Amino acid sequence: MSAALLEVEGLRVGFGNGTQAVRGISLSVARGETHCLVGESGCGKSVTSLAVMNLLARGAVRTAEGIRFEGREIAGLSEREMGKLRGDAMAMIFQEPMTSLNPAYTVGSQMAEVYVRHRGGSKAAALDRAAHLLGRVGITAPGMRLAQYPHQLSGGLRQRVMIAMALMCDPKLLIADEPTTALDVTVQAQILRLLQELQHELGLAILLITHDLGIVARMAHRVSVMYAGRVVESGPAAELFGRPTHPYTHGLLACVPVPGKIARGEPLGSIPGTVPKIGPGYSGCAFRERCSQAMPACGAGDVPGREAGPEHRYECHLGADWTARLAAEAAA
Amino acid sequence: MRFPSVRLLAAGLGTAIVAIVLVAGLLAPWITPYDPFITNLDARMIPPSFMEGGRPENFLGTDQLGRDYFSRLIYGARISMLIGIATVITSGLIGITLGVLGGFFGGRVDDVVMFAITCRLSIPLILVALAVVGLVGSSLTVVVLTLGLLLWDRFAVVARSTTMQVRNLDYVAAAWAAGCSQAHILLREVLPNIIHHLVIVATLEMALAILLEAALSFLGLGVPPPLPSWGLMIAEAKEYMFFSPWVIMVPGISLFVLVLGINFMGDGLRDMLGAQRDV
Repeated sequence: MSAALLEVEGLRVGFGNGTQAVRGISLSVARGETHCLVGESGCGKSVTSLAVMNLLARGAVRTAEGIRFEGREIAGLSEREMGKLRGDAMAMIFQEPMTSLNPAYTVGSQMAEVYVRHRGGSKAAALDRAAHLLGRVGITAPGMRLAQYPHQLSGGLRQRVMIAMALMCDPKLLIADEPTTALDVTVQAQILRLLQELQHELGLAILLITHDLGIVARMAHRVSVMYAGRVVESGPAAELFGRPTHPYTHGLLACVPVPGKIARGEPLGSIPGTVPKIGPGYSGCAFRERCSQAMPACGAGDVPGREAGPEHRYECHLGADWTARLAAEAAA
Repeated sequence: MRFPSVRLLAAGLGTAIVAIVLVAGLLAPWITPYDPFITNLDARMIPPSFMEGGRPENFLGTDQLGRDYFSRLIYGARISMLIGIATVITSGLIGITLGVLGGFFGGRVDDVVMFAITCRLSIPLILVALAVVGLVGSSLTVVVLTLGLLLWDRFAVVARSTTMQVRNLDYVAAAWAAGCSQAHILLREVLPNIIHHLVIVATLEMALAILLEAALSFLGLGVPPPLPSWGLMIAEAKEYMFFSPWVIMVPGISLFVLVLGINFMGDGLRDMLGAQRDV
């Protein structure tokens, strides 16, 4: 596993009020690979990404057995050391392109700023690079855009600017926190294609956070499904979509409406209930109250981790063949 | 055809008033017809030239010591503007620093800032001025320092609340994610995005400072005579107001017009800057 660019082990994040947002998760992102973190709202996806960058809000407590970036332990780095890494080797783009740019400065000065900060050199050289990158992310007339203020740009343009800004220092890892949620579907497709192209060209590793399984299917090499602060199932994308094993992953996939597969008038799939609040001392499977397969063992203790295939892991009391068994019982 | 709105007219009028008073104050030595300190006991209490008994040499007449009232009014404008601007700079520096730090860091820092604001709000201004003047005597510097060190509360409150809003916006998070330092984020990300609120506070505080200076001078706690402060002119004129009402009306109306002008200008700035931010 020397190819892993980012390795997170046993990451936990708790908040002052006792809420535990992330409860001991591990994941790794290999060079040039897209790793998707999926799950519904409030399951700890964004907190995980912020924890990796050490950008959690005050009051959040992060502990980890290890966070390694390029083989270097970064969990214990000082704020100053982390600052050198952020925006340079690891960049981040956010969900809301409408508010992620500072309204007080032009696009050019914001982009140049990042470069001068990390790489030094003249502002003119940084602006040249900014113009080049704006062209690269598909913005026409980059010279004109550099002199514009964020409010003069549309949402899609702003997200492109954010991506170009993230690329200013040739990052190795790009953390994208729901980068297309606020955009309409056509622009979303363009942005995703752009990210894929950039990945091919620059060998970027992308940690993509999303709740949209369509995006996952399209982008991911590897997927981690999060639920209530745990990674409940993870594996290569094809494997996970081909043989979803955790009941939650099952449920999620059942929620995706497929034209032609569901009859007209038939209700769309859903998972009943909401994510429970996880306080201190919570034990058992967090999904048990919403799970169709819940059994007494789910109520307490740790949930065992199991293998469902090569590099395909899940956390459940059920055996990997439970769906087949269920189908057989139904047939009998 | 579109007519400019009443608000726009008021803003323009206010800005014009402030500009005129500012220019008059700056150019006072060159545009006043007489030295404001030279007394002429032969020509006391002459009414303005447009009133009965007035004479053309003294446009606004003379005061109880025969000093040219127009010249004194213009020098008074100088003092009012000086006090207004110097007070706003002093109190702005204190208030904005405290407010931004409290709003940005929150927690214990914010507790300290809130405590300071509460303490400040509970201090009666006139009493403090009285004590200070009693201790060190009255002078222009003392007035500016007293007002400057006491009028920062609104700056602090506004800076604190706007900083709290801006601190949580995505572009500040993006700046953190781009590896920016704390100082950079405070000065380059937060401050430029709250400054338009503070400019409006500054105009209001300036009007307040000018009024307070007049009040303190009227009470004999502000600018010492024979300096021609508008408040002092009103104080000196109050003994003569029944027979020569213009001696109190001239500085009184000037004060009213200037403060009104500053407030109009502040409202105009608020509309303008507010509109620009609505993207």
